[in-house]
Amino acid sequence: MDPIERHTIAVLVDNEAGVLARVIGLFSGRGYNIESLTVAEVDPESAISRITVVTSGTPMIIEQIKAQLDRLVPVHRISDLTDGCASVERELALVKVRGTGNKRVEALRIADIFRARAIDSTNNSFVFEISGSTEKLDAFINLMRSLGLVEISRTGAVAIARGAKGI
Amino acid sequence: MAKRKLSGSDIVIQSLVDAGVDTVFGYPGGAVLPIYDALFKQNRLKHVLVRQEGGAVHMAEGYARSTGKLGVVLVTSGPGATNAVTGLTDALMDSIPVLCLTGQVPTHLIGNDAFQEADTTGITRPCTKHNYLVKDVKDLGQVMKEAMYVARSGRPGPVVIDLPKDVLINETTYEAGKKQPAKHKTYRPQIKGDSSKIREAVELIAKAKRPLFYCGGGVVNAGPRGSKLLTEFVRMTGYPITLTLMGLGAFPATDKKFLGMVGMHGTYESNLAMHDCDVMINIGARFDDRVTGLISEFSPGSKKIHVDIDPSSINKNVAVDIPIVGDCAAVLAEMIKVWKTTKPRKDTKALNSWWGQIEKWRSRNCLAYKQSKEIIKPQYALERLQALTKDRDTYITTEVGQHQMWAAQYMKFNQPNRWMTSGGLGTMGYGFPAAIGVQLAHPKATVIDVAGEASFQMNIQEMSTAIQYRLPVKVFILNNEYMGMVRQWQELLYGGRYSESYTASLPDFVKLAESYGAVGLRTTKPSEVDDVIKEMLNNDQFTIADIAIDKGENCFPMIPSGAPHNEMLLGPEDEAEKPVSEEGMVLV
Repeated sequence: MDPIERHTIAVLVDNEAGVLARVIGLFSGRGYNIESLTVAEVDPESAISRITVVTSGTPMIIEQIKAQLDRLVPVHRISDLTDGCASVERELALVKVRGTGNKRVEALRIADIFRARAIDSTNNSFVFEISGSTEKLDAFINLMRSLGLVEISRTGAVAIARGAKGI
Repeated sequence: MAKRKLSGSDIVIQSLVDAGVDTVFGYPGGAVLPIYDALFKQNRLKHVLVRQEGGAVHMAEGYARSTGKLGVVLVTSGPGATNAVTGLTDALMDSIPVLCLTGQVPTHLIGNDAFQEADTTGITRPCTKHNYLVKDVKDLGQVMKEAMYVARSGRPGPVVIDLPKDVLINETTYEAGKKQPAKHKTYRPQIKGDSSKIREAVELIAKAKRPLFYCGGGVVNAGPRGSKLLTEFVRMTGYPITLTLMGLGAFPATDKKFLGMVGMHGTYESNLAMHDCDVMINIGARFDDRVTGLISEFSPGSKKIHVDIDPSSINKNVAVDIPIVGDCAAVLAEMIKVWKTTKPRKDTKALNSWWGQIEKWRSRNCLAYKQSKEIIKPQYALERLQALTKDRDTYITTEVGQHQMWAAQYMKFNQPNRWMTSGGLGTMGYGFPAAIGVQLAHPKATVIDVAGEASFQMNIQEMSTAIQYRLPVKVFILNNEYMGMVRQWQELLYGGRYSESYTASLPDFVKLAESYGAVGLRTTKPSEVDDVIKEMLNNDQFTIADIAIDKGENCFPMIPSGAPHNEMLLGPEDEAEKPVSEEGMVLV
């Protein structure tokens, strides 16, 4: 059996009604995994959105996913940011933690180590904003569990190729 | 060009006329009344009234497949659209260019659960190549052009345009007579193949010791030129060729280089050649599971070349050595050019011994059957049909099941676009409406739906359509009173427990035909088969020929599910010896 690989794929699409449903439907209909999916308009003038999808599968499945995405009519371009080019990848999370006394101090201390910022604070809670790799966010969230973790909101990964060249 | 103010309905009709469409298959309803009113006031588009929307899509498919043109469907919102879904999926699987116009409730009511409202674009998204919801009449002209371009170009397929009623009524300026766009801002099918890959492929083809062409519907979809070039190239190389169910007719069946159909019910020689070849030249076929059998043991020793216009077909089921993305005709033309300029020296000795091996397989005569004096064998009925139609301008459609496989085995197609069958989706009820579509496109031709009594009943309501338009379609029913293929699998895999596969309460097809003012014929005797076929062919009316065949006959050869090509069952005597594996039982 071929090894399972994790790939981050960027997809430029026309920002038209139903385009996200097309992409998601393709993944569910053909039984592909979505680990995370992020979408926003990146070029309002020509109404182009960028979808970043993190998926996993054997090399043959990854090739299929790319070919299937590429043949959707509103898709302009796809780029595999895991294969073929060096890239940077970031995710953002908002993490709510409740606690008092030592736990509260400890949460703040760990946030400092992870370079998370408190963007909301009450007498017994914080909301931290943290960005970085998915693994870094996982590590931070795991540490917060014993310190009164209440709620997490994550964006899913966004990525871009290194260097001067565009997609 | 003159700019005029037109209503949405008029734009729909004008766009179709401008694109050269002459026939629309449809059924009216509330949401499309504006289009039907516009149809009433013109005479450039012929509307064919079907009896259920499902029939309309299959008619459009038959029309498209037999002409290479676009098939156009017009249905209303809600149930009209949902009834079309099976046909759209069928067209998607078999790559048939179909434009389906669906009515929709007015834009201000969308999302309100209005009468006859359905989320048509949502429902049809996974079963179309693309779909559109037009919310502003100003976009309509462009969407119509774009949709027809998408449906026809690249790997063809069905496209839906959902048309809210207010969009059909509102007016805007429309530029008549404007040509369809030659390109699209995001959708750009690749027509020309990579030249270096093509040279590499020709080199590999030239050096082959045990080559085999394995070709499919992509060649037919490349137009008559595709089949012509394929025939030329195969004859140039002198190599053997097999075709998929969808590819029948792309190479002349009467040519000795043709080994018959490949796959689950393909010939012995085709499947063994697939298994043993050293170079497989796949042109326009997609390694469907009905062709490959057990994928891990599929053609283990071969280098594989795969030509396909759809990049997602490549390396999907089978990893290939030389992938070439492009239109089959364009790639074949270039292959021929390279072959002619390089004038390769073939390994004649190896090729001779390969042909010797193939002739040995062929001499097993895998399609042989024993005709009795009392009962009509389906194979016999089809052999007679073939013999009595071969000098006519004949088009064959089929339903789905045993009769379909027998027709694929025993009918001989020397030209493309003569064979219309539901391959990918396997839609029972396809053949009869498809035959109506074919007959409308070819009024003078002999159009025969080779049917089973069970499949025919799935769209039997279209008899009324055939009568209304005086279409001399022939329905040739191989009647075994069973859903034959289901019964065959139950016999082979489920201990002969024939659960719900008996077609009970059949009508008297002769009286049924007569009740519509058509001709009904029936026979139970082998000695009468010729007479019935002749009578069927020699009248110019819609005719049902009900041929009572052997009820227990199974379709052979057969690769049982989960088995590789070299473990074929050749006949009933093989059944007991080779039980189907547990792995095979879970496969369809």
